[in-house]
Amino acid sequence: MSKVLMKGNEAIGAAAIAAGCKYFFGYPITPQSELPEYMSAHLPRVGGVYLQAESEVAAINMVYGAAGTGKRVMTSSSSPGIALKQEGISYIAGAELPCVIVNIVRGGPGLGSIQPAQSDYNQSTRGGGDGDYRLLVYAPGSIQEMVDLVQIAFDKADYYRNPVMVLGDGMMGQMMEPVEFKDDLPKMELPEKDWATTGTKGQRKPNVINSLYLAAEELEQHNIRLQKKYDEMKQNEVRYEEYQIEDAELVIAAYGTTARIAKAAVDQLREAGIKVGLFRPITVWPYPYDVVKNLPESVKHILCVEMSMGQMIDDVRIGNEGQRPVHFVGRSGGMIPTPQLVVDKVNEILNGGK
Amino acid sequence: MAVVFQKTRGLTDVETHYCPGCTHGIIHRLVGEVLEELGVLDEAIGVAPVGCSVLAYNYFNCDMSEAAHGRAPAVATGIKRLLPENVVFTYQGDGDLASIGTAEIVHAAHRSENITTIFVNNAIYGMTGGQMAPTTMIGQRTTTSPYGRDAATTGMPIKISEMLAQVPGATFVERVAVNTPGNVRKAKKAIKRAFELQLAGKGFGIIEVLSTCPTNWGLDPVKALRWLEDNLMVYYPLGNFRDYQEVENA
Repeated sequence: MSKVLMKGNEAIGAAAIAAGCKYFFGYPITPQSELPEYMSAHLPRVGGVYLQAESEVAAINMVYGAAGTGKRVMTSSSSPGIALKQEGISYIAGAELPCVIVNIVRGGPGLGSIQPAQSDYNQSTRGGGDGDYRLLVYAPGSIQEMVDLVQIAFDKADYYRNPVMVLGDGMMGQMMEPVEFKDDLPKMELPEKDWATTGTKGQRKPNVINSLYLAAEELEQHNIRLQKKYDEMKQNEVRYEEYQIEDAELVIAAYGTTARIAKAAVDQLREAGIKVGLFRPITVWPYPYDVVKNLPESVKHILCVEMSMGQMIDDVRIGNEGQRPVHFVGRSGGMIPTPQLVVDKVNEILNGGK
Repeated sequence: MAVVFQKTRGLTDVETHYCPGCTHGIIHRLVGEVLEELGVLDEAIGVAPVGCSVLAYNYFNCDMSEAAHGRAPAVATGIKRLLPENVVFTYQGDGDLASIGTAEIVHAAHRSENITTIFVNNAIYGMTGGQMAPTTMIGQRTTTSPYGRDAATTGMPIKISEMLAQVPGATFVERVAVNTPGNVRKAKKAIKRAFELQLAGKGFGIIEVLSTCPTNWGLDPVKALRWLEDNLMVYYPLGNFRDYQEVENA
């Protein structure tokens, strides 16, 4: 299929529909509103449902009910809206329902700003809801990758019976890039949804969608079962990109928009003969800890670059296991780091500065 | 031997956890009977709340979804929008519906979601141990209004049916009680009417059922019924507040 020029938020919507998602429950919030707008225009044409809920809280609970019917369903929001959805996300994870949640991050805390940020790393990878649950979280670095991952996300959600989050930012949502909707994306063998609440039709015992286990022993068993599922994700779902790592003296760790900026900085530094590489996690949960742990001997420093005051840096430190100094440079509040900021920080580190 | 009366197929054989004298059991049975009589049990999907009836998913003999506190109408919306041919209902208490879930119930009514809500009002939070609810009567002592509910600091008891009757999308709104055999029959009739309107695609219906909580009211079951008649039924008058024909004529 030929390439089309699309805005990130709209491309997500088109990708979801291509993945067979016909149901969307949302609430307007900048900078992701083009996605619900796109869905409101396109879903009725494919016999689907677009519904603007009274709140993010209601929207995610509509997703809970809708996902319980076994059909593919999606919601999206941006940072403060995702914070409101956290209750429902925990219930969805607890009841083991598949769905895809898009978070187009803006600056925080609180009402924050409407400009791009990566300060939702913690609430996306650690969860803001209660209990021991995990989401599979994709952090694409281009609109094309976002389009591919949105489609893959629906398969993974169905396979694991787990919510999957696609973590973008205001930049990824708002910018336009050429994208291709591929016919050859890997397809998974998916289990039958015999747990769905669709009415018994007199053919089976009632199904119950639920996250309540009043007996402590039962809840513990439920959590152990969930953990096994998360362990399987850790085993099979880690995705990342390495760029110019082999002989690098310093490796930059960055994801999404900042990884693109960091890549420009790497190219600029390499031209000047400075040995720098880039490690870009594509899944931020499960995190590619082993990549950080097993960086080549040549690597003396790690520099984490984020559009936050430093959140992913905790995961870099976990993977690093104290082997090398981990440095940080970032901008926050909607400010975007320039390649030069990264170049200057790399030079400072390699020239013996802190 | 001829069977003249038997348990409805609308309920499972599970023994309920409700306290002696609580009228949740009667209300469950009415809903189960209506689903059975309308022949829609196999198409029904119920949404259980948080509160005393949290375990309703064990008692109704149909597919069930257990919602977060107050969110049952949103969950039901998600189900019904995807499965418009199925019969979808929520079963909620007054803490769930009249307090934490006011946004969800008002907007489900406002959109005229084609669902049926059973709203059990016993003027107290039962499951958590008898705290004050927005529906608690003035002067009523609860564990969080130990000196009696005071309107000056907590407002007047909220009248959900009267409020929802103002919402254009609400097709059917009726308040009933299950304190006497006559009222039980009227309650069943109202529940049936709301489900029939759903089957006809006429939109949102709610039946507010005044109920007792002998345990947390500190009364025996008989005195609890009397207290309901002398207090709840005075402040919360029974009757229909909105019906389909009236909506049509408006």
